[in-house]
Amino acid sequence: MKILTNLAKTTALAAALTMSASFVAINAWAAKTDVTLGMVLEPPHLDPTAGAAAAIDEVVYANIFEGLTRIGSKGEVLPALAESWTVSDDGKVYTFKLHTGVKFHDGSDFDASDVKFSLDRARGEKSTNAQKALFKGIESVDVVDPATVKITLSAPAGNFTFNLGWGDAVIVAPETADSNKTNPVGTGPFKFSKWAKGSSIEMVKSDSYWGKPVALSKATLRFIPDPAAAVSAMLAGDVDGFANFPAPESIPQLKADPRFKVVIGSTEGETILSTNNKKAPWTDIRVRQAVAHAINRQAIIDGAMFGLGTPIGTHFAPHHPAYKADLINTYPYDLDKAKALLAEAGFPNGFKAVIKLPPPSYARRGGEIVAAQLRKIGIELEIVPVEWAQWLDQVFKKKDFDLTIVSHTEPQDINIYARKDYYFQYSSDTFNKIMTDLNLATDQAERYKLMGDAQTLITKEAVNGYMFELAKAGVWNAKLKGMWENAPVQATDLTGVSWAE
Amino acid sequence: MLHYLLKKLLFTAITLWVASMVIFALLEIVPGDPAQLMLGINASADAVAALREQMGLDLPLPVRYGAWIGGLLQGDFGVSYTYSVPVSELVGERLWVSLPLAIMALVLSTVIAIPVGLYSASRRGTRTDTGIMAFTQLGIAIPNFWFALLMVYLFAIWLQWVPAGGFPGWDQGLFKGLKSLILPAIALALPQAAILSRVTRSALLDVMGEDYIRTARAKGLTARAVLWRHALRNALIPVLTILGLQFAFLLAGTIIIENVFYLPGLGRLIFQAISQRDLIVVESVVILLVATVIFINLLVDLTYALVDPRLRQGTGRNAS
Repeated sequence: MKILTNLAKTTALAAALTMSASFVAINAWAAKTDVTLGMVLEPPHLDPTAGAAAAIDEVVYANIFEGLTRIGSKGEVLPALAESWTVSDDGKVYTFKLHTGVKFHDGSDFDASDVKFSLDRARGEKSTNAQKALFKGIESVDVVDPATVKITLSAPAGNFTFNLGWGDAVIVAPETADSNKTNPVGTGPFKFSKWAKGSSIEMVKSDSYWGKPVALSKATLRFIPDPAAAVSAMLAGDVDGFANFPAPESIPQLKADPRFKVVIGSTEGETILSTNNKKAPWTDIRVRQAVAHAINRQAIIDGAMFGLGTPIGTHFAPHHPAYKADLINTYPYDLDKAKALLAEAGFPNGFKAVIKLPPPSYARRGGEIVAAQLRKIGIELEIVPVEWAQWLDQVFKKKDFDLTIVSHTEPQDINIYARKDYYFQYSSDTFNKIMTDLNLATDQAERYKLMGDAQTLITKEAVNGYMFELAKAGVWNAKLKGMWENAPVQATDLTGVSWAE
Repeated sequence: MLHYLLKKLLFTAITLWVASMVIFALLEIVPGDPAQLMLGINASADAVAALREQMGLDLPLPVRYGAWIGGLLQGDFGVSYTYSVPVSELVGERLWVSLPLAIMALVLSTVIAIPVGLYSASRRGTRTDTGIMAFTQLGIAIPNFWFALLMVYLFAIWLQWVPAGGFPGWDQGLFKGLKSLILPAIALALPQAAILSRVTRSALLDVMGEDYIRTARAKGLTARAVLWRHALRNALIPVLTILGLQFAFLLAGTIIIENVFYLPGLGRLIFQAISQRDLIVVESVVILLVATVIFINLLVDLTYALVDPRLRQGTGRNAS
């Protein structure tokens, strides 16, 4: 009898196991939990604290590494490893309360000493942080207790918590900091699993994540450098999407396909006709104004970007609340006025100049259109295509150029106009004063006003030709939810991504 | 034979040494600071300086050349500036894609070209011959990347037989790996096959005009037997030369095809390394390719000797 009961039990158990197993199998089939996204450029390495390549952040930001704060999809500052913070009355001391129970992917514990290590490393003498300037104002970083960090600044900095949200300010562990380039160890919801160089990077869900767990079990980023290949990969179903699709000419085709969703969003990329402000004849404001009057922004956007992009009148992202939209009318498209200004400046018949164009299509295609537009007012541009490395050497370092086209993709980077000896060589004490005031201001209304003043000034002085804000053309499977529409920071944040049932 | 071999080896060493200096000098002349490139246009000057020091870029040129050559002689190819992994590791990974791809393309083009060349030669002057030759002309003229895109549309997007690109890795299974290499291999093979079949045909026709062929025919052998037994064997030398050149080309010259199919091969590695000014990777990979080409040429020279007994005895008119 006993044997029989045992047998019955075993059978029942086996049946239950089989059923649950098949249930799991059906479940796994029904809800897809892995995603494969395409990316154009392969990151050189995976340490966001030691390189400027956007591709690094596009892999690791918010997915693998986290900072004290982070930037959300609308550009807002959100708490990350810091649960909350307080600022002293003089605006100089920030006290961060950290999350507890946080672990790095290698199993070690995260605490205040890791914060101190990371920030001291980023601002130290031997630092190779690409955005070292973000940490310049820090006077000291002190561990109060394992869950509290006090950061003292030499002067108030209104943007400090935003700066800490950059990928360059993520928190790393001392034991793994030096190997993060090839084996990134962070605190994020995904942990790095595999990098097939030249092919793809794989990350998997971290089971020990301190916060809200992600819906995806695995994410693969595949590198597809060729725009035509990107289209094929989408159509063949090899990838589930592109956060940033490289072939704007194929967008209408993909839009018409019900399998895909196309979302056009904005980025932090101000695409400008950079002008050498210290080289004649560009030293003359009338020449720069003439160029501003001669540029037809919409024609450039249509011709170079297949209609994707937002015209800008200054060096500021149009989606930011402090953007001054009316500045776009400062120099309306007016060829007669442009010619008159040139004549006034002593060039009634125009002149010859050189435009150096780096590889991205916004520059190469945009440059040809700009050259055609400036020809109408007598400025003959010789087009010189350059590689990035040459561009950095000739234009950026040696300032050997008249005009060039570059997209400045760092968020809220109007402060580059205050940099001494920056490549477009603008220098204005008035502007520098506005930036100093902006750094000290912590009141939002006041900050926005100062940002507005800065925009107005550089537009009035026609420092550079302001063309358009780069668009982010997202294309992905219509069933994929939670992808970012805009790109306030260079990131492919997968923390909120899931598949619809 | 031994003397011949030693002389060849000495020339090889000298060629490699000269090549290493040319490569190094060229890359130093090319403008572009790898450190600045890595840190971008927002970086502060002291961070760039710190990185230059870390990468050893602040050392004088001869010291860096010496370090590089010294490493090479010990089999150390250096560490990539951007990837921070040993160059040998990078090359090793990439070879597993580029080598099978090159071999597949080479085999495909040979299998197509030799019979086509033979057939065409045996039908010399006929309409079939003209037709085939016009077709090969087309094969040479069509850019392989364009042909590749057409195949992608047909086989990957429309029929969905193979992926549109990418390489899953051999650990995913031999079949999956081969499947993702087949389209690129065909794209690479076709223009090569076109060239090779023309070479085969003209080499055969040259040989067919020789006295011994006439003798063989006079002896009573059929045209077919002459073609196979006497002509083909003697026509193999130019064919082998072209094959050797093509293999070197296939190994290094696949940059465009590897981009179209986003394959992680050697061509792409070089392309990426050049645009990122990863000088040590470019230098080491290029010197490796130079060595490979020289080695293949040496191998082809030795194969001549196998095909042509006159060369083996060192008395033939072509011996060098």
